[in-house]
Amino acid sequence: MFEMSSEESTDMKISTLGRHFRESFKNIARNGWMTFASISAVTVTLLLVGVFLVIMMNLNHIADNVQNDVEVKAFLDNAADDADRVSIEKDLKKISGVDTVVFSPRDKELDNLIDDLGENGDVFKPFEQDNPLRDAYIIKTKTPEDVVKVAKKIEKIELVQSVNYGQGFVENLFSFVDIARNIGLVLIAGLLFTAMFLISNTIKITIVARSKEIEIMRLVGATNSFIRWPFFLEGLWLGVFGSIVPIALISIFYSQLYTWAMPQFTIKYLEMLPTGTFIFQVSIVLLLLGAIIGMWGSLMSVRKFLKV
Amino acid sequence: MIEMKDVSKTYPNGVVAANGINVKIAKGEFVYVVGPSGAGKSTFIKMMYREEKPSKGNIIVNGISLPSIRNSKVPLFRRNIGMVFQDFKLLEKYTVYENVAFAMEVIETDPAEIKPRVMEVLDLVGLKHKARMKPTELSGGEQQRVAIARSIVNDPKVVIADEPTGNLDPETSWDIMNIFEEINRRGTTLVMATHNKDIVNNIKHRVIAIEGGRIVRDEQRGEYGYEN
Repeated sequence: MFEMSSEESTDMKISTLGRHFRESFKNIARNGWMTFASISAVTVTLLLVGVFLVIMMNLNHIADNVQNDVEVKAFLDNAADDADRVSIEKDLKKISGVDTVVFSPRDKELDNLIDDLGENGDVFKPFEQDNPLRDAYIIKTKTPEDVVKVAKKIEKIELVQSVNYGQGFVENLFSFVDIARNIGLVLIAGLLFTAMFLISNTIKITIVARSKEIEIMRLVGATNSFIRWPFFLEGLWLGVFGSIVPIALISIFYSQLYTWAMPQFTIKYLEMLPTGTFIFQVSIVLLLLGAIIGMWGSLMSVRKFLKV
Repeated sequence: MIEMKDVSKTYPNGVVAANGINVKIAKGEFVYVVGPSGAGKSTFIKMMYREEKPSKGNIIVNGISLPSIRNSKVPLFRRNIGMVFQDFKLLEKYTVYENVAFAMEVIETDPAEIKPRVMEVLDLVGLKHKARMKPTELSGGEQQRVAIARSIVNDPKVVIADEPTGNLDPETSWDIMNIFEEINRRGTTLVMATHNKDIVNNIKHRVIAIEGGRIVRDEQRGEYGYEN
């Protein structure tokens, strides 16, 4: 990033680094309106990026919830005895991608069915004496994407009568989630690109206004890295200051929204990411984005004026 | 101190600004560079501080061969020469003190040495009491004195001045010349491009006249030689 050691051979003194820090802060004050413009650009774009990030991450979370709940049920042939079950269980565990295997006896299956149907379940009560259902294994896979593959393998095991994993629905759900994720990624990437473009352009305008300053620095013998440092730090502060408002707004509104909206959600999978760590992560991402974009923007802009 | 050997300069647009210049300027000399506008004075001066590179020939300043130094080394070379311009080239958002101190910070001087030295040179140019002001609050002559203070703060061996009195009224110009005389008396070599006939004819020094990119006259204690 800096063409120091080889090009300019002078190692920077601590006092010089201190000078660069002081100078970068002074410049922020010296360039009042330009500083304001740059910080505003960072604030607006990071707010957009932040809001979008929060929405995307929550949608992703909901999609994960749904996907992670997908399981494979393998119904056994009624001819299977205890010894068969042991060997089937072994076979199931051997399949790659399988996480847990739980046995669910036919009586429990019937109870579940009656429970699931609520009042209508009473219709099945008479069957408790002569249960028409089958023993089943409930298989969870390590990743949701393995479900179809694992189900296909289970079908081939002897004495497995049938396999159910929500055929058709699961494939559709997965491809829908995939598409949604990709669109989200593209949108975030586009937004980030726009943010970098907008911010670096604003910084560029402020630096063009200071090209005379750079020219004079060169005339009195400032090396390129000496000129760059305060600009570099200034960009860093602009980015960091610019991220404060978006972080504050998003933190406040998200926790407000969370406490207001969560009680209203009654559907099992529909839930927001809990506030604590999530807000912290989003804040860190925005802070880093601001800092990186700020530094990058000012370095790119100064570079133009440092060519002799 | 400064030596040009067979130096020529042709700009990309075909203008020949220097054509076989040979000159030697010794340590401690005071030299005026005169000539009509567009005669190549500026190019002559700019080549001395490596703002322009010659197309042909060699220039040696302070023992350094300028055409062969890399662009990245130019700032290091410039630390040994002081420069003064017609438009002062001060940083408007910096105070007088900061403008001068900047030249010392750039070469990473021990911060403890900066303040006494800056005040010393500000005293020399008579502006110690205006150290906290911004250049925009000063008159043209005062701004040029700040620029001169900056040019000498690092004790350069050579000071190069390009039309330093060009924007100043006659009276202020004499003040500036007094400061240059003092700097020269202390042993600093001074090269000054100028259009000021009165100064050249009254404060006698070596005069180099340039016309059409050639040295047409080079006399000790010379005259300006042109009607203004």
